[in-house]
Amino acid sequence: MNSQKNNVLLKIKNLKMYFPINKGLLRRKVGDVKAVDDVSFNIRENETLGLVGESGCGKTTTGRCILRLYTPTSGNIIFNGKDIASMPERQIRPLRRHMGAIFQDPYGSLNPRQTARTIVSMPLKIHGLLKKQELRSRVTELFNLVGLDSSMMDRVPHEFSGGQRQRLGIARALASNPSLIVCDEPISALDVSIQAQIINLLEELQKNLGLTYLFIAHDLSVVQHISDRVAVMYLGRIVEIASSKELYQNPMHPYTKALLSAVPVPNPVIEKDRVRIILKGEVPSPAHPPIGCHFHPRCEIATQACRQDKPLLHNVGNDHEVACFRV
Amino acid sequence: MSSLLEVKNLKTYFKTDRGLVKAVDGVSFYIDEHEIVGLVGESGCGKSVTMLSTIQLIPTPPGIIADGKVLFEGVDLLQYQTKGEEMSIIRGGKIAMIFQEPMTSLNPVLTIGRQITEMLELHLHMNPHPAREKAAELLNLVGIPDAKSHLDDYPHQFSGGMRQRVMIAIAISCDPKIIIADEPTTALDVTTQAQLLELMQELVNRLNTSLVIVTHNLGVVARYAERIYVMYAGRIVESGLSDDIFLNPLHPYTIGLLKCVPQLGETKNDRELVPISGLPPNLISMPQTCAFLPRCSYHVEKCQSKVWPELRAVGNQHFVSCYIDTRENQ
Repeated sequence: MNSQKNNVLLKIKNLKMYFPINKGLLRRKVGDVKAVDDVSFNIRENETLGLVGESGCGKTTTGRCILRLYTPTSGNIIFNGKDIASMPERQIRPLRRHMGAIFQDPYGSLNPRQTARTIVSMPLKIHGLLKKQELRSRVTELFNLVGLDSSMMDRVPHEFSGGQRQRLGIARALASNPSLIVCDEPISALDVSIQAQIINLLEELQKNLGLTYLFIAHDLSVVQHISDRVAVMYLGRIVEIASSKELYQNPMHPYTKALLSAVPVPNPVIEKDRVRIILKGEVPSPAHPPIGCHFHPRCEIATQACRQDKPLLHNVGNDHEVACFRV
Repeated sequence: MSSLLEVKNLKTYFKTDRGLVKAVDGVSFYIDEHEIVGLVGESGCGKSVTMLSTIQLIPTPPGIIADGKVLFEGVDLLQYQTKGEEMSIIRGGKIAMIFQEPMTSLNPVLTIGRQITEMLELHLHMNPHPAREKAAELLNLVGIPDAKSHLDDYPHQFSGGMRQRVMIAIAISCDPKIIIADEPTTALDVTTQAQLLELMQELVNRLNTSLVIVTHNLGVVARYAERIYVMYAGRIVESGLSDDIFLNPLHPYTIGLLKCVPQLGETKNDRELVPISGLPPNLISMPQTCAFLPRCSYHVEKCQSKVWPELRAVGNQHFVSCYIDTRENQ
């Protein structure tokens, strides 16, 4: 993989995003939901980093912090050499054209009253990138790029199918020629036979346009397929990060192991020999995370140390990092 | 020996302003005792409508069960009135259902305990007190710790996974012969999904019931189902033993479905995904020809001129509705 040599495009350091819990008549702050709790990782140019985890683990919040849709509580987000974590909105705006976003819900993320043309050309207008006359040809170009018929330009979203709508979302994300695209569950709302179309489109666009992806999803088999490296999140923290192959062949964190064993494989012969690790109980609330390692109440191999101290990510070789005392 | 449930040539249509939607158009299948069967297909292929039709849970109007037989223990259920007494005994009592949305399928204003005891009182004519005891027992069985203290909780106090456990408890409460699980784990996380599927398999074995898993996820059924039916546009296009369907698929749609899902452990360098081109068909004004034809990469001239083929046997218990022998073309 050549991505090893590439420059780091995005560097996240000790990112924290806490949402206050307000209660009572005076809406006094009584605590925090620690949605993202000290997360660090890098994304190199032209690489896809997959971010997996179950609902509520903070993967979407991480993505939104990177896009600066949220202002993080603390930490650094170094994008293209500039720390954008606490930059004022005025300074962020011109940088936003270098970042794109693709959202999960192809129904909710497109304005139903706007035509496809307006939707796709919006980023170009906002950033003032093109003259009016040039807009049309750019939108046509974008339509062709994502495999949409440019004669459909004047239709509104409900006239498109789910897969086509997601293509429209991709076209919008690509409009301003971004280098980084945050894909937040881009295929989970689509039918199985359509999902592969979108995965292939994203892979092809990356190859042709040299894009960098942060691919957020809960489906581990999809994430492994599209990503060069995968980070596994649990309750606001990254527990393991490694190359896609390495993570599958040599998972080290007990949570990653359980997660891998729970993913169904469409092959009865393989399934017969697989051992399922069934986790006890449920994910604790991020408002009251356990002390020490967040996973310890459900962990088979937890010790006293796990209940007291927070394990940090450490490199175990082969560019494989894991946050567990028992590894 | 006849099967526990045998559905013959079931047709369920919906009358809409735009025309007649043939949601289920001539589906036949059977379920034997103590077996786990998978019904697989994409959204809108009619898999849920098929199962809802068997226990007459189709809203009429606009829906009508136009034709077919649903033989349960040898008796045709379609002869009964939808709201008749016979149907009420079977629905929930003999054939139980677990729905996809544990948020909406539990009544938010009734306690968990009440929703289980209701079943016991209605179907097993139990008195309130022993019913409550039994309800706690059932909750224990589905892995809800400290069940007694949860009987007076409301559904919103439970997480998605716990709610689905309650649904399972309700489904097994009256010792049904068949449990129909309609996308039972789709709304849940993978680790919760694994917990619940293992639980369901264990319960089905212990209680000697049959289980139908309706799902769009091929992986879910690979581990558990003995036999699988694949549906497309209101019909079954392939059926067979789990091994046959996954290892030797013959219908172009089944082949396509297996090629387009990433398998765990595979990266983009190992195998490229082959998407199924095009879109699922509109079920209004369907052509007479095979509905998969516009998306099929195997099609020959014969497919254009002839009507949608019937299922034909290609092996022991393996049936496929296709004119082409895809094995030769591969």
